[in-house]
Amino acid sequence: MSTELSRRTFLRASALAGGGVLLSSFWEPLEAATRARAQPATGPVLNAFIRIQPDGTVTIASKNPEIGQGVKTMLPMLIADELDVDWTQVRVEQVDFDPKLYENQWSGGSQAVPNNWLPLRRVGAAGRAMLVAAAAKTWRVPESELTTSRGKVLHRKTGRSIAYGQLAATAATVPPPDLATVKLKEASEFTIIGTPIPGVDNRSIVTGKPLFGIDVSVPGMKFATFLKCPVYGGKVKLANLEQIRKMPGVLKAFVVEGSTSDEFRSGVAIVADGFWHAKTARNALQVTWDEGETAKQGTAGFDARAAALFKEPPHRSIRKDGDVKAALAKAAKVVTAEYSYPFLSHAQLEPQNCTAQFADGKLTFWAPTQTPEDGRELVAKVMGLKEDDITIHITRSGGGFGRRLKNDYMAEAGWIAREAGVPVKLVWTREDDFAHDFYRPGGYHAFTAGLDASGKLTAFRDHFVSFGTEKDFAPSAAMSDQEFPSRFVPDLALEASVMPLGVPTGALRAPRSNALCFAFQSFLDELAHAAGKDPLEFRRTLMSATPLPGPTPPASRRPGPPPTPFDAARMMGVLDLAAEKSGWGKQKLPRGTGMGVAFYFSHRGHFAEIAQVTVSKKGELTIDKVWVAGDIGSVVINPSNAENQTQGAVLDGISEALGQEMTFENGRAVQSNFHQYALLRINQSIPVEVHFRKTEFPPTGLGEPALPPAIPAVTNAIFAATGKRVRSLPLTKHDLSWT
Amino acid sequence: MKFKLKVNGQVRTVDAPEDMPLLWALRDGLDLKGTKFGCGIAQCGACTVLIDGEARRSCITPVSSVGQSSVTTIEGLSRDGSHPLQRAWEEIDVPQCGYCQAGQIMSAASLLAQKPNPTDGEIDEAMAGNLCRCATYLRIRRAIHRAAELGKTTASATTGSGK
Repeated sequence: MSTELSRRTFLRASALAGGGVLLSSFWEPLEAATRARAQPATGPVLNAFIRIQPDGTVTIASKNPEIGQGVKTMLPMLIADELDVDWTQVRVEQVDFDPKLYENQWSGGSQAVPNNWLPLRRVGAAGRAMLVAAAAKTWRVPESELTTSRGKVLHRKTGRSIAYGQLAATAATVPPPDLATVKLKEASEFTIIGTPIPGVDNRSIVTGKPLFGIDVSVPGMKFATFLKCPVYGGKVKLANLEQIRKMPGVLKAFVVEGSTSDEFRSGVAIVADGFWHAKTARNALQVTWDEGETAKQGTAGFDARAAALFKEPPHRSIRKDGDVKAALAKAAKVVTAEYSYPFLSHAQLEPQNCTAQFADGKLTFWAPTQTPEDGRELVAKVMGLKEDDITIHITRSGGGFGRRLKNDYMAEAGWIAREAGVPVKLVWTREDDFAHDFYRPGGYHAFTAGLDASGKLTAFRDHFVSFGTEKDFAPSAAMSDQEFPSRFVPDLALEASVMPLGVPTGALRAPRSNALCFAFQSFLDELAHAAGKDPLEFRRTLMSATPLPGPTPPASRRPGPPPTPFDAARMMGVLDLAAEKSGWGKQKLPRGTGMGVAFYFSHRGHFAEIAQVTVSKKGELTIDKVWVAGDIGSVVINPSNAENQTQGAVLDGISEALGQEMTFENGRAVQSNFHQYALLRINQSIPVEVHFRKTEFPPTGLGEPALPPAIPAVTNAIFAATGKRVRSLPLTKHDLSWT
Repeated sequence: MKFKLKVNGQVRTVDAPEDMPLLWALRDGLDLKGTKFGCGIAQCGACTVLIDGEARRSCITPVSSVGQSSVTTIEGLSRDGSHPLQRAWEEIDVPQCGYCQAGQIMSAASLLAQKPNPTDGEIDEAMAGNLCRCATYLRIRRAIHRAAELGKTTASATTGSGK
């Protein structure tokens, strides 16, 4: 039985002291359903999505971690619209992690919209139905004569209206409707969905209220710092703990053995009165490390190994259609090129931190995590605790970008709090953050493609050199068998070789896509030019081919709607929209100025982007503008945040392309802080014009899919401007001068 | 050591080692958490405060160096969030994660105090020390222009009342 079918949603209502109503919606496995239903509606309230007070205030729970992607505003919008209240009545509350009550309480993969679009609207609609029923009961009129608007039930016949707040007590006595069949609004009836709603925490942010994990304060709390071996997997051999313990403000200093998990490494913990005391003591810390095997690894070695692997037969096949060798032999023109991209760091601005309190065998966290469920599992495992003995309060995160999908800071804080016997706030330094990331892995591609006499792409081969073992790719270092132009070229081979990696890797905003898009969309651009075709027209022609059958959806470990397939028609729609808005091909640009196009499908979103750049003869690059056309379905839930996310994603991509690179020497990170890792700044920010093409598909997420095409759109524009093809990143390593 | 600091118009005492950056004196000593730790080496601007009206990186400013100077943090920019920059930030819906925004606003406050009507170029120059990892820069620019407008309205309303 699929996860979706094995779980059902139930709604409960109960009276609040003071006459309000509390609506609870929660998920339970099917086997528990009968029992749950047998409980009275006013039984123990496990969780509240909606709380209506007599004064009309509606408090709506936001269940997912807010990492800057806007869920804390967007998810309550879904409930509020179907509940049919005015947004000004709404207060939003971040709720704690509780998998018994909430489904999908995590943030990542741009999944909040597809996972919650129907479930949370149903919660709101059920609440509305109960208020209507309460009004019908109060006025003794049929429900069919009643409508709602802006937090009121209306009876047109008599011109009466009654506010939800006044109905709340009666609504608590109404049996909740079945969530599966509750009537939802038509899109034309939306009053909140599709309107720009500012972030619910904006006032707190601009007035400096404590909101983030790092701002948490608990009575009796002390501060911890944790120094790990700079070489991944290295262990503490010896440390001058006696000396450290005598330093001002230091309460404890001890070795943490760690585990084999890369989310709980060996190191030295210092607990002190303040962060500064802990950090000062840490500066005096002298540790002898057993550095281990990874000390032999580094970027130069990776590059050399990739070059060697390109000369050998690939280790494995990812996809094979037709006979690419024969097709290449028949081709009128064969094009080859090698591409590479570096490791990247997440560099989220709030350094990793976590507050933990251990008392009576139970552990309480205040954690800026994207995945509280994974965090609890990790902590239970490494600390030998029961999951039920772990409580997690979700805090706002100062950026996620995939870094907080990992929960190493939770394991460390939990362990240190138990060992120290006091509540502890662990705060990483920025140097810790750069040294101990789960990096976006680098990668290498050797492409070969064949064009026929008419310029049509007939054969395509990629030898992808990545990281991993004989069995698996390293995290976020894989390539799927769906990588475009897969399915659209009859003779195609995607092959891979891997080298071992001790450096931890993980998901960075638009994982895999943020790298693969650069390589594939740049090489397709080369092919367009080799074929003598307009790069946009070449892509359109390629997508016009009848594709080979699509994939069987992989089983997901988390519940949610089925995957959205790549849809060539949707992609052509955004390609055409981007072309129209940018005036592609309409004007003759002077030498040194050029436009580049790229598209990508990721995280259920279809995006096409066009960049215009100007490169001076000396090689100074100016990105003039980027036009974005996206298809994320039938409605853009919060247009204000959608524009902000899209512009941010494009600038994030450009930031990665311009100057970001992590390198490794002797098994450790070379870059240690922002002076060595160039994030985009305001003076490099260029206009990003955003357009959405509305289609009939259910709405999908926006945290990630706008990022990948930004990079090759820019590098392809550089080629158009200068004739120089950028086949590796970052751009700072390239001489773009031309004559 | 005990230091007397003039913070947001009040004299506050903080017990700290001499070399402790003002950032930690504010956050851990005075429970003013609006000022953020980002890098510790004055590269990101998240810790920006005003010292005698000028934008300074509190993460590299030793608490012992502050002396009689007056320190303004995001909590002290206005009593009720009504500073033109705060209003503009809300109106333009600038934040994504929001972590850098206090520092951005404090740098912008220093800019507007010197140049009440800055150009894009002046904004870029004044704000280039403040990283926004979410890259809300386009909205930051817009919000500073908007705050400049709001500031004018506020100023003319004040002078206007005297007529």
